Order: sequence, then C-alpha cells, then structure tokens
Amino acid sequence: MNEIIESVKNLSIGFNSQKGKQISILRNVSTNIKKGETVGIVGESGSGKSTLALAMMGYIKQGLFPLKGECLFKSEDLLKMSSRQLEKIRGRKIAMIPQNAGQALTPNLKIGYQIDEALRLHTDLNKTERDKKISELLNKVRLPSPETMAFRYPHELSGGQQQRVAVAMALAGKPDLLLLDEPTTGLDVTTQAHVLELLRFIAKDTGTSMIYVSHDLGAIAQVSDRIVVMYAGEIVLEGPARKILKEPIHPYTYGLLKSIPKLSLAGLPASMPGSQPQPGSINEGCSFYDRCNLATDNCKKNSPDLEHIKELDTNVRCFNYKELINQNNNLQTSITKKSNNSEANEVLKLKDVSISYAKQKFFDQLLNKISDQNPTVKDINIDIKKGETIALVGESGSGKSTILKSIAGLLKTKDGQIKFENDRILSSDLKMRNPNDLRAIQLIFQNPDESLNPNHTVEQILSQPLKLYFNLSGEELKKNIIDLLKKVRLGEFYMSRYPRQLSGGEKQRVAVARAFAAKPDIILCDEVTSALDVSVQAAVLNLLQQLKEDLGTTYVFVSHDLAVVRAISDRVAVLYQGRLCEIGPSQNVYKFPSHPYTEVLLGAVLEPDPDIKPKLVAEDIVEEKPPEKGCSFQGRCPRKIGDICNSEVPPWQIGENGNAIRCHINIEELASLQQ
Amino acid sequence: MENNLITEDKQKNKLEKAFEILKTMASKPSGLIGLTIVLFHVVLALTSPYIAPYDYKAISPNTMLLAPSAEHWFGTDSLGRDVFTRTILGGRTALTVTFFGSLIALLWGGLLGIFCGLVGGKIDDVVMRVVDAFLSIPWILAMLLIVSLLGTSTEVLIPALGFFYGKGIVRVARAATHDVIAKDFIVSARARGHSNMSIIWNEIIPNVRDAILVEGAMRWSWMLLGFSSLSFLGFGVSPPTPDWGLMISNARGLMSFAYWSVIAPIVGLSSLIIGINLTADAFAKALGIDRSTKAPV
Amino acid sequence: MLLLILKRIGLGLITLFIVSLITFVGVEVLPGDACTTYLEREAYGTALDACIKRLGLDIPAYERYLDWASNVVRGDFGYSLSGEMPINEVLGPRVKNSLVLASVSILIGIPLAIVLGIITALWRDKLPDIMISTITIFSMTIPEFISATLLILIVAIWLGWLPGIVIIPSDATFYELLSNIILPVVAISMIMTAHMARMVRSSVIQVMASDYVQMAILKGVPYWKMVFRHVLPNALLPAINVVALTIAWLLGGVVVTEVVFNYPGLGRLVIESISNRDLPVVQALAIILASIYVGINLIADLMTLMLNPRLKSLQIRK
Repeated sequence: MNEIIESVKNLSIGFNSQKGKQISILRNVSTNIKKGETVGIVGESGSGKSTLALAMMGYIKQGLFPLKGECLFKSEDLLKMSSRQLEKIRGRKIAMIPQNAGQALTPNLKIGYQIDEALRLHTDLNKTERDKKISELLNKVRLPSPETMAFRYPHELSGGQQQRVAVAMALAGKPDLLLLDEPTTGLDVTTQAHVLELLRFIAKDTGTSMIYVSHDLGAIAQVSDRIVVMYAGEIVLEGPARKILKEPIHPYTYGLLKSIPKLSLAGLPASMPGSQPQPGSINEGCSFYDRCNLATDNCKKNSPDLEHIKELDTNVRCFNYKELINQNNNLQTSITKKSNNSEANEVLKLKDVSISYAKQKFFDQLLNKISDQNPTVKDINIDIKKGETIALVGESGSGKSTILKSIAGLLKTKDGQIKFENDRILSSDLKMRNPNDLRAIQLIFQNPDESLNPNHTVEQILSQPLKLYFNLSGEELKKNIIDLLKKVRLGEFYMSRYPRQLSGGEKQRVAVARAFAAKPDIILCDEVTSALDVSVQAAVLNLLQQLKEDLGTTYVFVSHDLAVVRAISDRVAVLYQGRLCEIGPSQNVYKFPSHPYTEVLLGAVLEPDPDIKPKLVAEDIVEEKPPEKGCSFQGRCPRKIGDICNSEVPPWQIGENGNAIRCHINIEELASLQQ
Repeated sequence: MENNLITEDKQKNKLEKAFEILKTMASKPSGLIGLTIVLFHVVLALTSPYIAPYDYKAISPNTMLLAPSAEHWFGTDSLGRDVFTRTILGGRTALTVTFFGSLIALLWGGLLGIFCGLVGGKIDDVVMRVVDAFLSIPWILAMLLIVSLLGTSTEVLIPALGFFYGKGIVRVARAATHDVIAKDFIVSARARGHSNMSIIWNEIIPNVRDAILVEGAMRWSWMLLGFSSLSFLGFGVSPPTPDWGLMISNARGLMSFAYWSVIAPIVGLSSLIIGINLTADAFAKALGIDRSTKAPV
Repeated sequence: MLLLILKRIGLGLITLFIVSLITFVGVEVLPGDACTTYLEREAYGTALDACIKRLGLDIPAYERYLDWASNVVRGDFGYSLSGEMPINEVLGPRVKNSLVLASVSILIGIPLAIVLGIITALWRDKLPDIMISTITIFSMTIPEFISATLLILIVAIWLGWLPGIVIIPSDATFYELLSNIILPVVAISMIMTAHMARMVRSSVIQVMASDYVQMAILKGVPYWKMVFRHVLPNALLPAINVVALTIAWLLGGVVVTEVVFNYPGLGRLVIESISNRDLPVVQALAIILASIYVGINLIADLMTLMLNPRLKSLQIRK
C-alpha cells in the first residue's frame, strides 16, 4: 500500500516571455503518489495545477518547457522519454479524464471507435473480445443501453454522458494511475454528484491511484485521501484530506476554506483581499505576502520552504503556521448580514408570466399572437419586496435566466404581466418602456469578459449610463466615475485601464459599478459569481451585500449554486423546466419539508467537508422539454405517487415556516418522508 | 476647457495606438519588408515626375529596343521610349485608382455589412442573396463589360472597382457584426435603453473596425491585381500613359529578344503587390486577426 | 436531410435567377442596345433593322427577358452577332477546352495544396514551413499574367522546353492537348494551390490545438495515426467551402491565363466577345460562369453536409 508509483521531484516549468525573460509557472514542485491513493490537487485558476497534472503524464503544453526537476513514473523520468516510449505509458499505465469531455472527444469518430482505439492500443484482445469489452465498459460507467451507445457520435450525448464515456475510455487500458483534470466542472449540480459517485466507486473497485485536480474544494473533499494545495505555482500545503479541510495550517488554505459559502451556514463567507499574483511578478518573499494577515517583514524578504511537520503528517510553506494550529473552530463562522424589513412595499410583481422561445407562425405573427401550448417558462408568480434579495435557483434549462431577461425587457413575455412600483405594468417591449423605468432596472452579467466592451476604458464604460440617464459631462462626470470606483473599492487610476488589463474580480467590480451608476431600484444579477475564483467570489458577494445595505437596492439573483444563494439571498425560488417548484424565505427552503426537486438539489451539493456526503435521490436524466401536462418534475421525481403527477398540475401548499411548495403529496406527509 | 483637454488626450491616445501598431508590424522581418516596399512605392509615385530622366511618351525610331546601358538603364521599348522612365511612372495610376477604389469598397461594403448584421432576418437574407449573386458573376467579365461600354477613365474605374471589391467586405463586416451583437455588452447597452445609433457608434463600430480595416487592406492588393490584369488585357489605362500591366502586355510579343522591357514592369508590379500583401498580413497580426482562413472572394 | 439538400439547391437556383436579372438589366441600363453597340457607326438603315429583328429588340423588354430566360433553361443561348451563328456552336469547343484546363489544374492543385498545407502545419515555424510559406506568399500575390509571362520567357523562350503559345488543332488527341497545356496549368494552379494550402495550414493548426487532439495524445495514440484519424477529417471539413470559393474566384484568372497563352477557351471568348461588343454572347457567358460558380459551391455544401457527423446523425434519427 505504501509503494510510490509516481513521484515529482523539484519540478519547475516555465515559458519565455516576449521580452526574452524566463518565467516559471511551476516552481520547485515535489510530491509523491502512492499506490491505491487518491490525491486531490486544489488551486485557483493560474495556480499551475493543470500544468502539474499534465507533466505527470509527460505532457508539456506548447510554448512551455521544463526548467528543472523530473517526473518519475516507476523510477523512470517521463520528461526524458521519447514519444514512442510515452505512447506505451499513456493510456496504458497513466490515463487521463479531461475537463470538458464534450470537447475532448473527437467529433468525427463514434463513441465505440474511440474506446476501441484505446483497447487496440493497450490490450491484446481480438475484435469480438473488444466489442464485448466496450459494452462492459459502457455498462460500468452506467450509461444507458451500451449496445446502441457505441454507435453514437459525441455530440449526441449530454454533458454527463460524455464525461462517462471519457471515464470508460480511460479505464480501457486498465491504468495504474488515473489523472482527472476538473472532471465535473461545467456539469449540472446533480450530474456532478453522480459522476463523482461513479469515480469514487471506480477507485474502490479497481484500486487505481487517482490524481484529482480541481478548483472546487467541495469535489476534492468527496474523493481525496490526501490534498495538495497550490498557489502561484507552488505547493503551499500538503497532507491528509481531513487535516487539510478541518485544520488548515496555511493562511491561504484557511482563507480559501472560509471564503467558500456553505449550505450549513447562513450569512456571507469571509473574503480574502486581492488576487493571485501573475506568473513572473514575484521577485522575492512569500507569494501570498500581499493577501496574508499573518505576514511579517520576514515574509516580504524571504520565501518560506515547504516544511514537514511530523506530528501532523503535513507539509506547509509558511513561517507563521503555528498561529493557525487549533484555530479550526473559526472556520465555521460567517458574516451575518442585515436582514431586510419584511414590511416593505412590493417593488416588482410577476403575475402569471409565461415566456416562449417557439418561433411565431406566419398567421400568428399577423395577429401578433404566440401560439405555444407548452411554453419554456409558465405561470410564474413572484412578488418582490423593496430591499430584499430574491434568488432564482435551478439547473441549466430551468428558465431562470429567461425570466431575468423578461424583467429587463430583453425577451417578450407570452402571457402575464410584470408590474413595477404601485402596480404599474411594464411593457414587455424594451422600446416602449420609459427612460426612468429603464434606469430603475439594471443588469449584471455572468462573464465580465463579455459584458464589458473590450475597446472602451473603464472611464468610458462607466460614463455610458451617467451620460445617458443624468446627462453628466466634464468635471461632474469624472467626479461621479471616481465615486463609483470608490464604491466598488477600485482606485482612481483604474479609469484609464482597458478591461483586458484587469483581473477577473476587478472586471466584475467594474460591471457592478456600471449597474450602480444608474442609481437603480432593482439589479438583476445573472450568475454574477460563477465565472470567478472562490476567493474573489466571496469578495464580490460581500461587496454586493454592502452596497445593498448602503443604498437599499433590490436584487434578483440568479444562480445554480445553492450555497452561494444561501449566503446572499433573503428569499429563494426553486425552478424546474421553467415552472416554480418552491418559494420561501431562504432559511426555510433549506430546511425540510421541501419540494422533491429541492430535496434532490440539496442532496447533490458538495460541501468542503469529508463528513458530509451528497445524497443521490434521483437520476440525472436530461430533459429537453417541459412535460405537456402535470407536474414539471414528474420525469425525475423520486417521490412520484402515480398518474396524478402526470396529468394534473400540483397545487400550492404553504408550510408552517411560510415556504410554498407545489406538490401533490401532502406537506406533512412530505415532512415525515424527508426526516 | 476641460473637455478640450480630454479630446486632446484621446487624440494623443489614438496617435500613440497607431504608432504602437506600426511598431508591432515592423517588429517582424516580413512586416518590416512590406512596410518598406509600400513606403518606397508611395515615395516613388509622388516624386517620379520630377526625377524621370526622359519624356515617357517621346517616340524615337533611332533608339528602338536598345539593351540596358548607362544612358538607358533599363533599355528602351519597341517605340524607342526609355523603359526606366516608364517603369518609375508606371505605378502612379494603379496606386491612385486602387487606393480610392479600396476606400469606396471599404465604405459601402462596411456600412452595408454592419447594417445587414444588425437588422438580420428577412432583409439580411435578401441583401445577402443579391450580394451572393453579384459574387457569382466573375469580376473580370463584369469589369470588362462596364469598361468597354463606359470607357477607361478613372471616373469609371474607381467606382466600378470599388463596387466589385466591396462585396467581400460586406460579408466580413456582416460576420463581425453578428459576432459582436451577441455579446453581453451589447445586451447591456440595449437593456440600459441606449438608442440604436449610439449602440452602433459606441459599441459595435469600435469592435468591428479592425476586421473591416484588415479586409480593406487585403482588398487593396487584390484590386491592384485586378486592375493590372485589366490593363494587361487592354481595358485599363489607355496609352501612352505608362502602366505596368500595359507595358508587360505590349512588350510581351518581343520578349524573346528584348526581355528587359518586360522584366522592369514585372518587378515593379510584383514588388508593390507583395509589399501591400505583407503589410496587410502584418497589420492583421498586429491587430490579432487571423486572415489566412479567409477565401479571396 | 433531403430537405436541407433541396433547400441548398433552391438557393442556388435563386442566385442564378438573380444573376440572369442582373445581366439582363445591366445590359438594358447601359447606354445603347445590343445592336447599336455592336454595329457602332453603321447602326442605321437596313443593317440596324435586320439586327433588331434578329434579336427581337422591337418587343418590350420584359417579354424579351422571359423569352430569353425560357430559351436558356432549354439550353439555347441565342444568336452570336459577330460569329453569325447560334451561340451554342460558338460555345461548344470553347467549353471543352476550358474544362480540360480547369479540371487538370484542380486535380493537380487540390491534392498538392492539401499536402503542402499539412506539411506546413505539422512543421509549423520550422524550416519546411518557412520555406513553403514563403513560396506560397509569392505565388499567391503575383498576378497570373505575370507568372504566365515569366513561365513563357523562362521555360519556352530561354530553355525552349515547351511551346509558349498553345495551338490546338480541332482534332487534337488528348495527349497532344496535355503537352500543350502544361504551362497554362502551372500558371493557374500556382495561385490556387497557394491560397488553398494556406487555408489548410491554418485549419490544421487550429485542430491541432484542440482539446480532443491533446486527449488523443494522452491516450497514447501514435502521432501519424492521430494526424490521420483525429486531425485531418476535422481540419479538412471546414476547408471544403473555402476551397470552393477559391476555385470559383479563380475563374477570373483563367480568363487572363488563356489570353496570355492564346488558349482557345471560354476565357478568351470573354475578351473576344467584349472586344466585338457581342452582347448576347456576353450574357450567355455570364450565366454559364455564374452557373459554374454556383455549382462548385453547391457541391462543396453538399460534401460538407455528407461528411459532417452532426448532420449525418440528423438523417439517422429521422
């Protein structure tokens, strides 16, 4: 059990900058992988974790090259091997499960061929044996009807199925070591939990060693025996999973764990200041110096070595780690947020809103009517109070962003009304709304790379709403821009920068500032933190909360991440296939009884805690269209009671805590079932 | 006063940006060579009337088909005219016509393309179908027909060339607009309630400008190719105005014993086209656009 | 799937219809009608009357268009003024000659372009790429009439290896034809090959950088196997359409090349008919050349449809 299969020794990998300087993105990395062990490598984007993982297969991306060190697989250096030798090891001894299987499967080759290719290269089986093996493998990764699956093309499968095919392909060569590069990132919450469950089963079943690379400590916590934490190209902490997650003794890991929103915890996570340094920008001292609250003068000048602490079986790269020992209780705290005044007036009302993506037929177009009996979004009734944060939660295809677009006037509604302040109906056509209503509702988008014009400076970006709504110019305009930047904690000098010169978190702050420039009443937030790193996400969430408390803004917050929603929202609406399932105050929605779909979602959440395992209560089938009649969740419901679910739309029931659930099962019965 | 300062600042920024782009272009050998060649030709075209040693149209039976010598560096042609004089003058018409032709192509192609990309739907379909139909008539046939019926004056050539080479720009501008219009920053501007004109001017044009400019630079070199082909066929510049295409065409029959009268204009024309092409390539790379995937239509 | 194919064909036909309108209207709008243009100073009296009668210029324009269009659909292009015979007879041998020239150029050019494109992509920024790419830049920028003239000067005049001017007797055998067209083929395919090779190069480079190629490498697939199974099918698919556009664009180059070599094809007919101001022939040529363009693009579209697994599976599901 203690046999080492792969060991990385003092590995540095770098590239040559345009100015001819050598810049390293991996610095002096050493670690060992033991037989049968699962090692999680965790770090934010740009920490070098993927580069490390690929180097462990002897693969260096184009433009990069090893500076020093070695990757020993069974005491042979992979980095010195010829491509012939590597072909014998890759897929046979070490196999890879890629991040985005949808892009990692060759589009012109059938699933069966791609698995068969691995079998032909790495086993001695003949044709009939291989065919048998293919269905066996497809079965093992729990794909439906393996016989026909082999004849399909990658694009015909759903994301989760593609990922399973990638797993099957990796298992084909019976490798000793499996490398997983963010294998569940980009999948829906429930699918992610299922894939993870499968991987854990495979690790147990085959005894393969695994290296699991991810930015998501929740996923890492579920599978790893040991965890390696990377920061700015270095290992900063390494040790047994439980120790790392429960008693992190490196300030970065500690801060990272604190900045993750948790289901079990109401309130906002604490944030870390700043962001990870760019490769090549650290000249001396500790790479975490700028963001560390334990830092001393010593940290500024000298960089700490990775120190082994015997009694904890942990390696740590910090001078002051002792201050963090036995501090673990602090991990379970969060910043409480001011709750809103529940007596406040309603500022926005959605009444019987339906939205259809169906194309209008010619005659209906003439009559200006949309005929669609089964619209994408149907019967949405939500009243939003002034100053509250209401979250719309659901997986992809739940219609949450569609509703947001309709509120903004970007998508026409099919039926129903959107009422703003004192029951005034807002036109569903943007062009018909008056300028003041347009000002009152602002949007923040998911990806700031797309939502900021790359050809405008921050000054130009922020001046757009100020000029449009308030006709500002000259000195006054400039003063307002500086004020806005100050509000989102950015300095005046950002004015002349272009978006490409900003980090992800800074860009999103500019986007937030642009929304607030309009002095809006309501801000619609569309997955605003999902493109950001965890430590940056916490900072943006805190910023949004702070601004809201100061200015009394109302948020409609769309997200797929239940933990983030738990942290920021006052009320939650759960959506499935464009229909509301449950709505209520957030502390109650996260408690039972809940709608079976909420139950499924909550069960699938991955917490950064090895003791909280996900509960998989429903299949992760992908439904492309909402059902014609009956309950929207009938296809996947684990608590389905019979025909009534297929034929009749379930009634609303209100629980004693005030959350409304739309289900045929009596609410008390539901409560006892879910206990 | 303050406003003035800001605009001045912006202008300075633009100049700096242009200089930056030039510097990036010249940082690679191919870009540097291209820029040098184009610059050389432009300077030559501006100064050649003053430095030409002979009269370009002086016919002299005594000096027919002389080989290169100290007196006639590139020799003389079948009518006894100095080839050197005619070569250094031979790019003037081509450069002027194609430069203004490209401007016209850029203008109408870019505007129509952006318009189509914006409105989409039925109007877009119809316009693109018509553009496609124009594309499918070989340019040379159409150009020849126009020129043979309307004459070869620059007033005919510039708009005609501009029209035929603008079709491709329509496509590029439309595709670029389509790409940009789906981006969230446009959605954001729409949701804020900006007017269409303001969205086009502030959000769309700055983001499609580069692609259209690169396309225009490319069109320039192709238009030069097309124009000299017309001259070569006898439908471009009318004699005795010196023009490379025409010179090659005239001297071709005699090249078995007077190769020099062909070589000089060939070098002149080829170097200019290659120069413009290298420059366009470097320009595209400096702006971060890959132009090698585009078809020359 | 079938619907998709029919739709593409329909679009092609619409394009041709618009082309016919453009050429017809274009000729109508330009100063003078076909007869005055052709006869120039002799456009009076009986000659003019006869001409007008022959072309039916005395009936309204739209009727004339319908007449002309319905005849074209039946394969009758009308009457050539300069040749004093039906246009079909003028066209016949010319079409054959040009077809030989173009198809030989394409048959040599496409495989060569693919091979060069792949070599330059796989050895990107190494010596083979730098050498080939430099040559392609030169050959794609130099106009056909220059490369053709240089070829004649060097190969035919200085070296004396091949005839500089093509003389094809009407009963020429295929072999005779072949030795005569070597130089024109080289001149035409040079520019075409260069364009396509650059296109293939960038497409291959794009695919080589994709996740699935990295995955194939990490799966242990040997290099050349990876190139042939995982890279090329995906790289060449999007190239098909661009190759088609390139070929169609080069129809203009064929005209020039034919003139330089004095080759009796459609291209020279273009020049001749325009010099003779024979508008009916010009109209016929416009339609024919446009049909070739539309046809090539249609073939490319259909090929892409057939080869793309995304569309193939559409068919299976239905």
